[in-house]
Amino acid sequence: MVALLVIIVVSAGIGPVPVPVGTTARILWAHLAPGEHVATWSLAQDQIVWQFRLPRTLLAALVGAALAVAGTVLQAVIRNPLADPFVLGASSGASLGAVAALAGGAAVPGLLVSGAAFSGAAVAALLVFVLAQSGGRVESLRLVLAGVALSYLFSAATSWITVTAEHGKLPGLVFFLLGSVSTATWEMLAIPAVVVLACVIHARVRVGPLNAVMTGDETATSLGVDVSRFRIEMLVATSLLTGAVVAVSGGIGFVGMVVPHVCRLVVGADHRRLIPVATLGGAIFLVLVDIVARTAAAPQELPIGIVTAAVGAPFFLWLLRRRPVGGVR
Amino acid sequence: MKVEAREVVVSLSGRPVLTGVDLEVRSGEVLGLLGPNGSGKSTLLRTVYRAIRPHGGAVEVGGLDVWSSTTREVARRCAVLTQDHATEVELSVLDLVLLGRIPHRTLIRRSDRDDEALARDCLDRVDAAHLTDRMLPTLSGGERQRVLLARALAQQPKVLLLDEPTNHLDISHQLELLSLVRRLGVTAVIALHDLTLAAAYCDRLALLDLGQLVAVGPPDEVLTPERVRDVYGVACDVLVHPRTGRLLLALDLAITPTKEPTA
Repeated sequence: MVALLVIIVVSAGIGPVPVPVGTTARILWAHLAPGEHVATWSLAQDQIVWQFRLPRTLLAALVGAALAVAGTVLQAVIRNPLADPFVLGASSGASLGAVAALAGGAAVPGLLVSGAAFSGAAVAALLVFVLAQSGGRVESLRLVLAGVALSYLFSAATSWITVTAEHGKLPGLVFFLLGSVSTATWEMLAIPAVVVLACVIHARVRVGPLNAVMTGDETATSLGVDVSRFRIEMLVATSLLTGAVVAVSGGIGFVGMVVPHVCRLVVGADHRRLIPVATLGGAIFLVLVDIVARTAAAPQELPIGIVTAAVGAPFFLWLLRRRPVGGVR
Repeated sequence: MKVEAREVVVSLSGRPVLTGVDLEVRSGEVLGLLGPNGSGKSTLLRTVYRAIRPHGGAVEVGGLDVWSSTTREVARRCAVLTQDHATEVELSVLDLVLLGRIPHRTLIRRSDRDDEALARDCLDRVDAAHLTDRMLPTLSGGERQRVLLARALAQQPKVLLLDEPTNHLDISHQLELLSLVRRLGVTAVIALHDLTLAAAYCDRLALLDLGQLVAVGPPDEVLTPERVRDVYGVACDVLVHPRTGRLLLALDLAITPTKEPTA
């Protein structure tokens, strides 16, 4: 928690116009605490920190937390170490919705894009349920397979829209597909903030069934968990999370898969500890990644999705070689 | 607590697995469920803990109709040692045993110190207190079964269902687990393959073949050489141990099957 706060403050100071950490902290304090403050900083610094960098940092934190929690929950309920919002089609559904809206002339960021991403994720989740159902039961393996197949389908549709789009729109579309938090404003934070808070609390309340489902469908049933219904409940929650963040940040990969595994290696698979740790871990990770995205190729800015993959993949492989991946078989 | 199956019919993917099974398990007894592979032992147990819904008939636990009740209500009465348990889950033994408290939790009454004390007590009862802080993947097969039994006990069940609990255990661990179940004093239904073991530890035996109940009663009435030959296609002599008075099955060679093999 403290680490997250420190990193947020540091992140809010980093950029083309550097603002010292102390000054950043004082600017933030001036905005947060009521009363008179003696301004030892310029108006420009104030604007940069409060209007641009802080919303962006907070958005990165929200997106990271959302994807990490969604991945943690999905890996448990699907009992598959590869599960994350991408594998289950929710992310690609959301991206397709957003890209379709963009190509149709909607502006970024706008209510239309958010709505389209939401509906894309919802439609994807719904399709995956329907395809994975057989005889009133939602089966885990079928869910993953249906999700992967749908992902490919949605990605194909998204690519088709991208290549056939007018040239003027192409850079915006690609940037969206790779994911970015650079366009963050205070207004954009509201929906994801509410959704993330609600879903994290929900996941925290449901730690018992989450732990039970992780040990097997039959065992969970014998422990009093209605497995099919619980799976649907958690899938709805995770597609809400995914839709909410993809709408404002695009498709940011690897966070949902890697962060839960790393957290599990550190604190074990018990969700009473894992949910809060993954929430904070995901937030910290993505804020750090965003710092790299802004500074690595300055003044050029990298799409954050490239950095998560570039940082995440080797780190994950290193962990994989170092210790067997536990928690989910 | 009594368990009753009435006219239970199950087919899986169109294939009949149970074709009208009537079985009454008396309160407090240990009942051994016997039968060849594919005879329907596991399926019958699954209809009791709501993993497979029967197509016909009814299952009752202590007068509660299992299939018109909730999964949670059934879990408060029945605890199960399934065969499908994931073994690579990075949970500590204590956390695993605490899972047994889930059916007793509500939004208001969540996990607390009492639960933890109970979990430790259950580990004590299966002689696994020294394993409390170990991680699940590090346990041996015997340790794991004991710990899973502790989790079942943490459910404070009136009925214990065990699906081939002695699989993958060496002889001493098999004996240890079964005598432990006997000592618990709850109604228990155990699906078993070892006939001699079943005769030694169960009050009564129920023999299934091709989805039907062939015989039910005390071990010496159920395990006759004729029945073993008819059901398993194995010739044997049933002896009485001179010192303990228990049944012993001396198996002969397999005899040419007189019926179609069952999956």
